[in-house]
Amino acid sequence: MNIEQLDIRSHMAQFAPFDSLADEHLDRIASEVEIRYFQAGSELLSRDQPIEALWYVRSGAVEMYQRSGRLFNRLSEGDIFGYSDLLRSNRKVRYPVSAIEDTLIYFIPGETFEAICEEDDDFSEFVETGGQRLKVTVEQQRDDSGLMTTRVRKLITKAPLMVETSTTLQDAARQMSEANATCVLVIDITDTQSAYTFTGRDGRYWQLNGILTDRDFCTRVLAEGKSPQTTVGEVMSPKVIVTQSDESVYEAMLSMLRNQVHHLPVLHRRQPMGILHLSDIVRHETHSSLFLVNNIFVQNTPTQLARLADEVRTGFVRMVADGANSEMISRALATIGRAFIQRLLELAEAELGAPPVPYCFMVLGSMAREEPTITADQDNALVLHDSYDPEAHGEYFEALAKFVCDGLDACGYPYCKGDVMAINPRWRQPLTVWKQYFTEWMDEPNGERLLHSSIFFDLAAVHGEAPMVEALQDLIAELAPNRPVFLAALARNAKNRTPPLGFFRQFVMEQDGEHRKSINLKRRGTAPLTDLVRVHALACGSNAQNSFARLDDIDKTKLLAEGVTDRLRYAFEFMSMVRMRYQAASIEQGEEPNNSVDPEQIDSRERHNLKDAFEAISNAQKFLSFRYIMPSRQEGAQSKSSPRGNR
Amino acid sequence: MFGLGSKKASTPDWPDYMASRAEHARDPRLARFYAAGTLDPQMPIGEAPLLAMDFETTGLDGSRHDIVSVGLVPFTLERIRPAAGRYWVLSPRRPLSDESVAFHHITHSEVEDAPDLSKILDELLERMQGCLVVAHYRQIERTFLDAAVRERLGEHLLFPMIDTMSIEARIHRQSWWARLRRWAGRPMASIRLNESRQRYNLPPYTGHHAQVDALATAELLQAQILHHHTLETPVGDLWR
Repeated sequence: MNIEQLDIRSHMAQFAPFDSLADEHLDRIASEVEIRYFQAGSELLSRDQPIEALWYVRSGAVEMYQRSGRLFNRLSEGDIFGYSDLLRSNRKVRYPVSAIEDTLIYFIPGETFEAICEEDDDFSEFVETGGQRLKVTVEQQRDDSGLMTTRVRKLITKAPLMVETSTTLQDAARQMSEANATCVLVIDITDTQSAYTFTGRDGRYWQLNGILTDRDFCTRVLAEGKSPQTTVGEVMSPKVIVTQSDESVYEAMLSMLRNQVHHLPVLHRRQPMGILHLSDIVRHETHSSLFLVNNIFVQNTPTQLARLADEVRTGFVRMVADGANSEMISRALATIGRAFIQRLLELAEAELGAPPVPYCFMVLGSMAREEPTITADQDNALVLHDSYDPEAHGEYFEALAKFVCDGLDACGYPYCKGDVMAINPRWRQPLTVWKQYFTEWMDEPNGERLLHSSIFFDLAAVHGEAPMVEALQDLIAELAPNRPVFLAALARNAKNRTPPLGFFRQFVMEQDGEHRKSINLKRRGTAPLTDLVRVHALACGSNAQNSFARLDDIDKTKLLAEGVTDRLRYAFEFMSMVRMRYQAASIEQGEEPNNSVDPEQIDSRERHNLKDAFEAISNAQKFLSFRYIMPSRQEGAQSKSSPRGNR
Repeated sequence: MFGLGSKKASTPDWPDYMASRAEHARDPRLARFYAAGTLDPQMPIGEAPLLAMDFETTGLDGSRHDIVSVGLVPFTLERIRPAAGRYWVLSPRRPLSDESVAFHHITHSEVEDAPDLSKILDELLERMQGCLVVAHYRQIERTFLDAAVRERLGEHLLFPMIDTMSIEARIHRQSWWARLRRWAGRPMASIRLNESRQRYNLPPYTGHHAQVDALATAELLQAQILHHHTLETPVGDLWR
């Protein structure tokens, strides 16, 4: 290779997708490059002109325009263009390109481009557009983290021990001792096949009715002085928390921690396959950060709890460093956040006495979606039983709310600036009032009011009578599909925050070509995405809260075109991951984490991926206005009596 | 009468010169080269086949110093084709000085097995034929090649060249504005290859290698023509 080609080569080697090319391919490209200088203001490519080479910006800057005349992208040193045109069969230019600075272009012959696409998958994946690149990146990240991909079934080594309800405790204990098992599953024959039955080896229908662990033998049998002849059915735990065999180890672990159990029956569909014990996971996984949850439940004062706040951050940084994906990290953070609330409520009840009427403490927003990052503030509310009497019980719940919200603030979940907290009397109401709130929001929406209340459309029970919150979720899922005005107003709000166009040098580039110094990846990325997913989810009557789960529900309808939801998933995962990586980096540098990212810190590959993610959001936002049209005033009355949407 | 005008007047009539040399040249290679002639002076620069040429030498005096390497890169104003370029390391007749080694990084061992200029002259002339040569500071390429050929064949080798440095000098040294700046005591703009390139937003290359500098010169000419001339400018207005 000639020396001037070495210069070309070493320049290209710094930028994606050339940075990951094999030496021989890079050599080939560098040795075939042709060069041309363009003056600022000149047109490099005009629409429909045939294109024969891949264009590489060696110095200077260019702009690409859409057919509508809108700016499509601005490119500078190390960027390439023309690849999407080269990949099309007619090889004609779709987006015209002009130089905005004096620019030196390296041309890579079309045949070379083709040959390398053929031989190098990474390269071809990079240049193939339409979310493909994001997908690849996200999946590579996922592969990197064994946690998420390891299925529970891999940890199962033997079939579970199963006995019938009528078995005596002594018999069960003997079997456990022989099988060296620490628990038994309790099953019974049923006559009919149902959603809870599985087919036994005998061909009959069996149902899983309970579980009995060695710990139960201690606490429920010996401590209670039960006779060895007592049947298993009398002392077993009838509420069995289970997991599916294809679930990830990580999810299983979270489920154990969330439910405070050490044994998790593993089912294949409904067939018990084995028992997963916490120690199996500990042996498999050293991600001790999540055992923080256990630690939370043994603290006895809010002050003690507050001391764990630093551990949450450390655990977060470790998970990011370990290559966990954003979904896993968010779920872990949500579980930890919920554990803090649960423990604070337990402590509050210990101090204030048992609640005078049943209640449910619910979280809203990102915590309810199980998508918090380390910077999440607290958004919560109290749903009280309808027997609530403000005169008699008001003081208790006010004190309870204050205990929890103050405690959360001390534990690193700052007070909500919008006052969406249980300490606000407006958000501490009986179920009936909550139902009225939601009905009003959906029947008579106005943009302003919805803007503030949209946070309530992501809700989840944390502690207390969960069915009350579930009733609210069901109410929303039932009404929303038949409230076109509400959906249109929500859709309009979902477009308030738009993503930028991409990056240009050390700047964020806006849709109108303006430049900015930094980008808030939450406000300009993940938040608009969750907003638009929420609109579609409500429209199709989903009562899921998590954005990925909502996308799954949306997939079951034909609401969005093929491939759109996948693109949104990848966009969400990627943006969240970038956001978390920068938050972790801030924490490590002793700075306060936030959602802002300086474009100078974003490498060339990340820029391409983020640009794709922004584009996915932008397109989805455009579809919103097209799909949810505000009905004209006369037709504005919503059909409250129309039948429930198909679910 | 002076300045640009007088310079222009000093440019020889290259087609005439080449034609007369074709008749009188004794060496058949030179005769062939001259007979092929040069471009029509009226040919627009945008259509001209060009050849960027750069030498690294053992010093600055063509009568005492030698060429140690030659870099060629063919181009037009539409495309520069480095892959079609050529690079030779040549054996100097006088030993390499340590300073020159430090400057162009061509070492004693590299030149040991290198051919003499006479061995590559055939191919060099062949590659130059039909092209207009472009160099940055033509004095080096013109005088060193002429001296080397005279030494070996006893005849001159002279041909038209476009000099990117003199184009740069005309804009930055001889314009009214440049003179005013100088009169006001402001430093003169540098017209060295890399500094000139910077003014056109061209990237820095690792300098002092004949092949790299030839490429750098080709890019510079593309930029200069777009900024100060047009694609229709006749080559006869540009060559010297």
